[in-house]
Amino acid sequence: MRNILRNMNELFQYPSAIVGSLVVLLLVAVSIYAVIAIPYQTAIDLWRGGEETWYRNPKNAMPAWTNFFRTKKLPDTLDFNTATQPNLKTVKPSTLGNSFSITIPFDFTYDAFPPELSVFFTAKYTSKLPFVSLSWKTPDGRTIRMKNFSITASQSYRITQDDALQAKLGGLPVNQALFAAPGVAGGPAPNPPQVLKGRYVLQIDGVTFQKGDDINAEFISYGDLYGLAGTDNLRRDLMVALLWGTPVALAFGLLAAVGTTFTQMFIAAVSTWFGGIVDTLIQRVTEVNLVLPFLPILIMIGTFYSRSIWTILTAVILLSIFGAGIKTFRAVFMQTKESPYIEAARAYGAGSMRIITSYLIPRVIPLLIPEFVVLIPSFVFLEASLAVLGLGDPTLPTWGKIIDDAYTNGALFQGWYYWVLEPSALLMVTGLAFSMLGFAFDRIFNPRLRGQ
Amino acid sequence: MSAAQVDHTDLKKPGKLVEMEASQDNVLLSIQDLQVWFELRRFGFSHAGYVHAVDGVSFDLHDGEAIAVVGESGCGKSTLMKTILALYRPTRGKVIFEGRNISEMRREDLRAYRAKVGYIQQDPYGAMAPFMTIEQVLEEPLLINTHASRRERMERIEQVLTEVKLTPVGEVLPKFPHMLSGGQQQRVIIARAMMLNPKLIVADEPVSMLDASVRVEILKLLRGLQESHHLAVIYVTHDLSTVRYFSRRIFVMYAGNVVEKALTQDLLLRPGHPYTEALLAGTSDPDANNAKTYKEIPPGEPPSLITPPAGCRFHPRCPYMIKDLCDVEVPPEFKLESEHLAACWLHRER
Amino acid sequence: MGTDQPLLRIEDLVLHFKTTRGRVRAVDGVNFDLNFNEAVVVLGESGCGKTSLARAILRLLPRNVQEYSGRVFLNGKDVMVYKDEEFRRSVRWQQMSFVPQAAMNSLNPVLKVGEQVAEPLMIHRGISRDEAMQQARRMFQLVGVPEGFLQRYAFELSGGMRQRTAIAMALVTTPELIILDEPTSALDVLTQANIFNVLKRIKENMETSYILITHDIATSSELADKVAVMYAGQIVEVSDAQSFFHMPLHPYSQKLLSSVPRLRGDQEPDFIVGQPPSLLAPPTGCRFKARCPFRFEQCDQEPPTFVKEGRLVKCWLHAGTRSEG
Repeated sequence: MRNILRNMNELFQYPSAIVGSLVVLLLVAVSIYAVIAIPYQTAIDLWRGGEETWYRNPKNAMPAWTNFFRTKKLPDTLDFNTATQPNLKTVKPSTLGNSFSITIPFDFTYDAFPPELSVFFTAKYTSKLPFVSLSWKTPDGRTIRMKNFSITASQSYRITQDDALQAKLGGLPVNQALFAAPGVAGGPAPNPPQVLKGRYVLQIDGVTFQKGDDINAEFISYGDLYGLAGTDNLRRDLMVALLWGTPVALAFGLLAAVGTTFTQMFIAAVSTWFGGIVDTLIQRVTEVNLVLPFLPILIMIGTFYSRSIWTILTAVILLSIFGAGIKTFRAVFMQTKESPYIEAARAYGAGSMRIITSYLIPRVIPLLIPEFVVLIPSFVFLEASLAVLGLGDPTLPTWGKIIDDAYTNGALFQGWYYWVLEPSALLMVTGLAFSMLGFAFDRIFNPRLRGQ
Repeated sequence: MSAAQVDHTDLKKPGKLVEMEASQDNVLLSIQDLQVWFELRRFGFSHAGYVHAVDGVSFDLHDGEAIAVVGESGCGKSTLMKTILALYRPTRGKVIFEGRNISEMRREDLRAYRAKVGYIQQDPYGAMAPFMTIEQVLEEPLLINTHASRRERMERIEQVLTEVKLTPVGEVLPKFPHMLSGGQQQRVIIARAMMLNPKLIVADEPVSMLDASVRVEILKLLRGLQESHHLAVIYVTHDLSTVRYFSRRIFVMYAGNVVEKALTQDLLLRPGHPYTEALLAGTSDPDANNAKTYKEIPPGEPPSLITPPAGCRFHPRCPYMIKDLCDVEVPPEFKLESEHLAACWLHRER
Repeated sequence: MGTDQPLLRIEDLVLHFKTTRGRVRAVDGVNFDLNFNEAVVVLGESGCGKTSLARAILRLLPRNVQEYSGRVFLNGKDVMVYKDEEFRRSVRWQQMSFVPQAAMNSLNPVLKVGEQVAEPLMIHRGISRDEAMQQARRMFQLVGVPEGFLQRYAFELSGGMRQRTAIAMALVTTPELIILDEPTSALDVLTQANIFNVLKRIKENMETSYILITHDIATSSELADKVAVMYAGQIVEVSDAQSFFHMPLHPYSQKLLSSVPRLRGDQEPDFIVGQPPSLLAPPTGCRFKARCPFRFEQCDQEPPTFVKEGRLVKCWLHAGTRSEG
């Protein structure tokens, strides 16, 4: 043990090791943060969540910071809620109930049209439904009447999906028609449509028919951007999945790597030490197992049995135990077995178990560590690959799951590159970090590879 | 061809096949017609012959006696030692220790036997686990074979380390093997061999990997321990010049057999076997005149142990070979003088 | 005797290594001469720097060299000033060749031994393969390996045979000087004696000179015309063999010689207390003073090399004429 600790300062002579360990520490820190900031159950619920959880987010929005690199600024999401901003609403009592005037002014100075516009009404009423009337004022003084309708307790008006409005506005898609610059001096409108920048007002006039009835409205002009990581097609904030994917990836990789390497080491030691039929048996089992198709078996288990991450983890470990590592460890043990100190130990009466645990295995641990470190990313990739194949745990937000969702929804066709790039980048960084660390360890523990 | 002639005059007495006369003390170890063969397998399956590593060895070792076993590589001396240490099983023949056949011992008895035989190996660094401190290295035999408390173990370790003159004990114990010099490492190995109060020590080339100036020191230490503890010691070596300082009797081995047994001074002055003669001629003393002469030694190399030569195994290289005798029949042991036997037809009855 | 100019003259040879623990002064100012058809034995124990001396003379250096200086005159020409490429072409294996420690274990396992022995000729002299194999055959004869073995692989040969192959490889370009580093340390008594017979025969027939580096004092007397004793990176004594083995001058040499167990004769061997100093931080003054039974105050200063009756000794006990080195 002391040997290993002494080698640690040697580790930091290698720049690759420093970078690798820093990144690994960063990943561990992110994992800890993710688990604390978003507890497990919350994460599951969030990720499963539907419209109610995520309705405020735009669909398939890119990360907000990408605007920094753009000349043509894409719009942000603008959210106005009378429940939280009561100043937008004026209430006047009228004959039967109240009359409401909700005036939402906002400045729109972006270079592109907002993809979606919606108004969400919540109303409190006793028997008669309240009635609302919406109109739109452009910066150049035009007023466009939008729609009149009654609302229930919870009513959504998706402006951009209003075909009648589209027809009324001359066939252009609603989000463009409401924001486009008209032709100059009565001439034709510019083609392609340009955004008219300036102050717009959404006017909602409503009436209630009984005392005590109330109307609240939330107007959302969805942007093309959201947050640090963007959103997916279900409006979910990808940061949740990216953050939570970290501890899942690391834990899976670590547990699988630990389970596999240590078990393999022990089996190889027993196999080499006892030799004879024990050795033959273990080696043949290993060879058969090496030939078995790893991925198809996992796919079968995932399809017919369970896709829970614990099932997959157990299956992966069981299938990996009699793997190539046994051959590597066996080669080292065969050599060590012939050492004079092993012979001496037999001569002073050491039994087989003692020799295996106290004399053979400690000799091999320094060689085990680099192998083990480099093995972690391969299990991380395995988990991601399984998810991309559709075998991931359906409830857990993992990096592989993000890629899977992206593919299923044609992300690359639609130009939503960030959806695929973000988890892939994280996978790559994890792989690189562990590999660099592992190679540095290898140089220390296997001095022959050391350059002079 | 001016070979040193073997003085045959007083050796041409009638040869008889006898055992060595019993010495003062009891017989501690008795080797009887021991044969140790290793099976050769082709491709791990089919049988391809045997390596006759030890092929008919008999001798008695008494309590407190120091003997040397001398021979070149491949003669079987290491295999013989490892069989005595119960690391190999005899193919035929017996190894009898304190009256009991070790091949018939089961686990507990075998463990007790191993505690009575200490082992010193050639490579002192290789004989210790590099990841263990000296304290751990020395504690292992005690942990395995006794139920002594920690305090008792530490006391014993201190006692033995003092005897091998590795002091101050407190400084030595926490070190790792690579921090000690070759001589110090070998002292630790000797200490470990002494740890369980053995009756017999097997020392397989204990000083050949050490520097010249240290060798004698270690050999003297061993000799001192042998005398003070009345230990039987088998000193295995290929270097004849060291045996004088160490052993009372010498056995010379060649190709799996013991070809000569004698008291040390008798062997050095009047070798009875041509191979012994060759070994003596081949061993140099520091003398500037050596550069002026060529050594007269038999050509060739030790034979294959898989298909050894018929008759006397040395006959293909022997300058005194007698046709139709040495190449046909295996010579028995002839008695030359008291406690001096040689397996060579030169001493046959006339 | 030989020509008046020595074959090899080494002056102030220094080789220091850079290690994580500091500067290792493996060769710290070595001076000696070697004449034509002479064998000098460099005696020393482990850690005295003798293998590094071989590498310094042959310029077979690792990458962590801190200092490498001095003058090595081969046939009157200082080869230290040669560029590496020139040294490789004209000196190494042409005028000087090398049999390294455990050479028998560093034979190429995939080449037949005959080809390996012929290789230096093909590389360094550009000789055709057939001619080179002829010469290899002659070398095998000289070292006593039967011709049939030319077609065998290294693993088929015994230790003694392999060592002879390594010697043949060093001989094949008929160099004037062969440096051997522990040529027989892993071999049995009879094989060792055979190898030395071979070396003696070569010396007689081909008039080669040797530098034999070893810790085995007894067998070194088989070949030595001159003995140089190395301690802690320095040469502390150079004597002709007769004088050395009869009466060494330096206290370390005396102790070394008396620690050799002898087969013949009645001496009880001696041993030296303590350990040689580390080459990382050799002590000031005479490096042997901590273990020397004859130490006195002057020894706190490093002694120069004195000349005494044609012998060189680096010890204040023999203060007298200084040698130029």
